[in-house]
Amino acid sequence: MTLIVTVLRIDAKPEGKPTMLRAVGEARLIAIMRDTFDDDELVYRDDLTADDVIGWDSLSHVPFLATVEKSFGFRFTSAEIDSLKNIGELLDVILRRATI
Amino acid sequence: MSHLFALPWLLPTPPDFRARAKALARSSTPDETEARRLASYAMDFSDLEMLGKAVRAQVNSWGAKSGFTPFKIGIVSSHTMDYVAAALPGTGLRHGVLIDVVLADYGQAAQQLLEPASEFASRNLDGVLISLDYRALGFADLRLNAREAAETVSAAVDYVSSLADGVRNTIRATCILQTIVPPSHAIFGGLDARIPGSPRAMTERFNARLLQEVARGKDLVVDAAFLACQVGLHAWNDARGWHKAKLPASLDAVPLYADHIGRLLGAARGKARKCLVMDLDNTLWGGVIGDDGLEGLVLGQNSVVGEAHVALQRFILDLRRRGVVLAVCSKNEDATARLPFREHTEMVLEENQIAVFMANWSDKASNLREIAATLNIGIDSLVLLDDNAREREQVRQVLPEVAVPELTEDPADYITLLADAGYFEAVGLSEEDMARADFYQANSERISLQKVGNLEEYLRSLQMVATISSFDAIGRVRIVQLINKSNQFNLTTRRYSEGEVEAFENNPFKFCLRVRLADRFGDNGMISVVIFDIGSDEWSCDTWLMSCRVLGRRIEELVLATVASAASNAGAKRLVGTYIPTEKNALVAEHFAKLGFAKLSELADGASTWALDLETYRSPELPIRVVYANELSPAAVSHA
Repeated sequence: MTLIVTVLRIDAKPEGKPTMLRAVGEARLIAIMRDTFDDDELVYRDDLTADDVIGWDSLSHVPFLATVEKSFGFRFTSAEIDSLKNIGELLDVILRRATI
Repeated sequence: MSHLFALPWLLPTPPDFRARAKALARSSTPDETEARRLASYAMDFSDLEMLGKAVRAQVNSWGAKSGFTPFKIGIVSSHTMDYVAAALPGTGLRHGVLIDVVLADYGQAAQQLLEPASEFASRNLDGVLISLDYRALGFADLRLNAREAAETVSAAVDYVSSLADGVRNTIRATCILQTIVPPSHAIFGGLDARIPGSPRAMTERFNARLLQEVARGKDLVVDAAFLACQVGLHAWNDARGWHKAKLPASLDAVPLYADHIGRLLGAARGKARKCLVMDLDNTLWGGVIGDDGLEGLVLGQNSVVGEAHVALQRFILDLRRRGVVLAVCSKNEDATARLPFREHTEMVLEENQIAVFMANWSDKASNLREIAATLNIGIDSLVLLDDNAREREQVRQVLPEVAVPELTEDPADYITLLADAGYFEAVGLSEEDMARADFYQANSERISLQKVGNLEEYLRSLQMVATISSFDAIGRVRIVQLINKSNQFNLTTRRYSEGEVEAFENNPFKFCLRVRLADRFGDNGMISVVIFDIGSDEWSCDTWLMSCRVLGRRIEELVLATVASAASNAGAKRLVGTYIPTEKNALVAEHFAKLGFAKLSELADGASTWALDLETYRSPELPIRVVYANELSPAAVSHA
C-alpha cells in the first residue's frame, strides 16, 4: 500500500495509459487472482474475463471482489459491480477508487 | 479487541499458513496435530476454503481412527449458503469434528426434506440445518393488518414445523433449526417493536414460536438472531451482497457464522470443553499475590481493574453453576496462592469450588496434563485462561489440544473473549449438569422473586447481609475514598488521608468500623464508615458516613446497635454525636434525632450536639443478617 501511495503522487496520469501506478496495480491484482483461482500461470491482460479462467465462476466472483476490496482498501458500489466487463475495467475502478 | 468477525480469541494466521494448508492437503501421511494447529488460527474465508480443501483430501485417511468425529450435515436454505458450506470443514477441525456438507440448491428445502426418494434421504445425513431468511418467510413487507401479520407468522411456523418433521421422520437425522435474523432497518422507528406486522416484530414473534413450538429436546438450534445482534445488524446484514448473490450475511461474517455451527456440532458430538483452568495473578485478580500481598491485590470495589476481575469471577462462577469444572494452575507457592481465597473479602470464587488446585513452579503444560489426569478427562477438554502471553505460547506449543484464548491487556475484555470463543457450548442442560453444580438448586430458590406488600416485607425479602469489620489494610483504599468523597450522608465531613486512616487502625482510643452490604441482587460493597473516639464514660462520634445507595435500609440502626453494644461492654454510659452542617449534608440534619438521641446544644454556626443514654437504649430487631469480620468484637474493644 505504501508503495502505491508514493507512486500515485508522483505519477498520476489519466486512466487507461500504461503508467507505473497501473503496472503496480496489475501486479497486485494478478497476484490476488492467482491465489483466489488457484492458478499460478495466470498472466494479466486487459481483456481477461471469467470465461478465460478455470475456477472463476459466479461463486468465486464474490470472495474475489471482497479480497480486492480488502487489499486495496475501498468498497465497490453496486453500479460498479454491475458494470465490470473484464479485468481492465476492474483495474480502472481500482485505480480510481483505491484510498490514499 | 478486534472485531468479532475476526474471531479475536484466536491467534491471527501466520505468514506460512497457506503453504502449510497446501502441504497438508498433499501429504500422504496427514498430521492430525498440524490440522488442529492450523484450525486454531483466526482464518478468514479464503483461508477456510484452503483448509477445507485439505480436509476433503484427507477425510478418508483420518476417518474413524483419528481424534476427529465425523458429522455429515445437510443444509437447506432460502439463500446462498455455499460460502458457509465451504467454510465448515476447516472450521470443524477447531471443534474436533470432521464436517462433510451436502448442500441443497436454494429454495429446495421442501423437495429435499419431505420426499422419501430425495437425494438428502439417500445420503445418511447426521443432521440437517434449516437456514431461512426473513424475506423467504414473508416478513419483508409491512403488514398493517394485525390479523394478517399473525397469519403470516403462523404460516411460517407451520412451514418450518413441517420441514423439521421431514428431517426427523423422512431424513431421520438431527434437526438443526435456526433463528431468523431481523432486517437492520426500521419502518416506523422504535414503534416497529409494537406493530405486530412490522418485519422486525414478525421475525421476533416467529423466533419465539420456533423455540417454543417447533424445537424439540433433541433438536439443535443455531441462534443466528443473537449472533447477528452481538455483531450488530448493520454489520451482519449486507444489502449489496444480497442483491448480488443472495448472501444471507456479509461475507465477512462467514468465519464467525461457521464457527457457531461448528461449535454446536462439536457440542452435539460431546466435544465441548469441560474444564476451565485458571491462572491467578493478573487473571483472577489484579496484581501478584506473592509480591503485592493481600492488601496490594486489585480486586473489587476500589478500581476499574478490580471490578473487572470481580466480574470475571462472577462469570466463571456462573460457568461452574452450569457444570463447568474449575481448576487452578498458577506459578506460586501453594499457601500463597490460596491466601486470597481464604482471606480476601472481595473474592467471589471459593477454594472448595476449585476441583484441582495446582500452585507450584513446574511448567504449565505438565500441570495441565496432571489436571486432566486427576479429573479423568481428556487434555482436549481443557481451556486455559492466562493473562501471560508466554505461558499461553508454551502451552499451545506443547499441548495443541488445549484451548488457549488470546487475551488483551485489559481484564475488562476477558469475559467477552472467553464467552465469545464458545468453548463450553451446550446443547441442553442435563440433570447431570445441575447435580455437578451442587448449590444450584438452593440458590435458585433463594433468588425466586416474591411480591411484597410493605417496606418491612420488602427489606426482609432483600435478604441483606451486612459484614462489619474494624479498619484494616484490605479495606483501607475504599475507606479513604469514602471519607474523602462522601458529602450527603456525612455527619461531620471530616477528611482524612490514607496515612491518618492507617494510624486509626491501631489506635486504642478509636473505635472504627466499616460495613459492607450484600443482598439477593448482588454485592453493594463497602457502604458505611464510622469512627468513634473512645472515652471512659462517653464515646463521641468523629465520623459517620454512608453511601446514599443504601438509604432506607436501616443500616444506620445497625451501626448504632453495634457501636452501642461495644460502648456498653466497655463500661461507657452514653454516646455523643455532632452534626456539622455543610452545603450538601442537610439530609442528615435529623440523623441523631431519628436514632433516639437527645439534643444537647445548638451552636451559632448551625452545628448541633446530641447524646444517647446507653442504659435506656434498646437495640431494635433488624431485617439484616450480620457477620462480624476480623476480630471486631466488643471484648476486644473493652481492653481499650
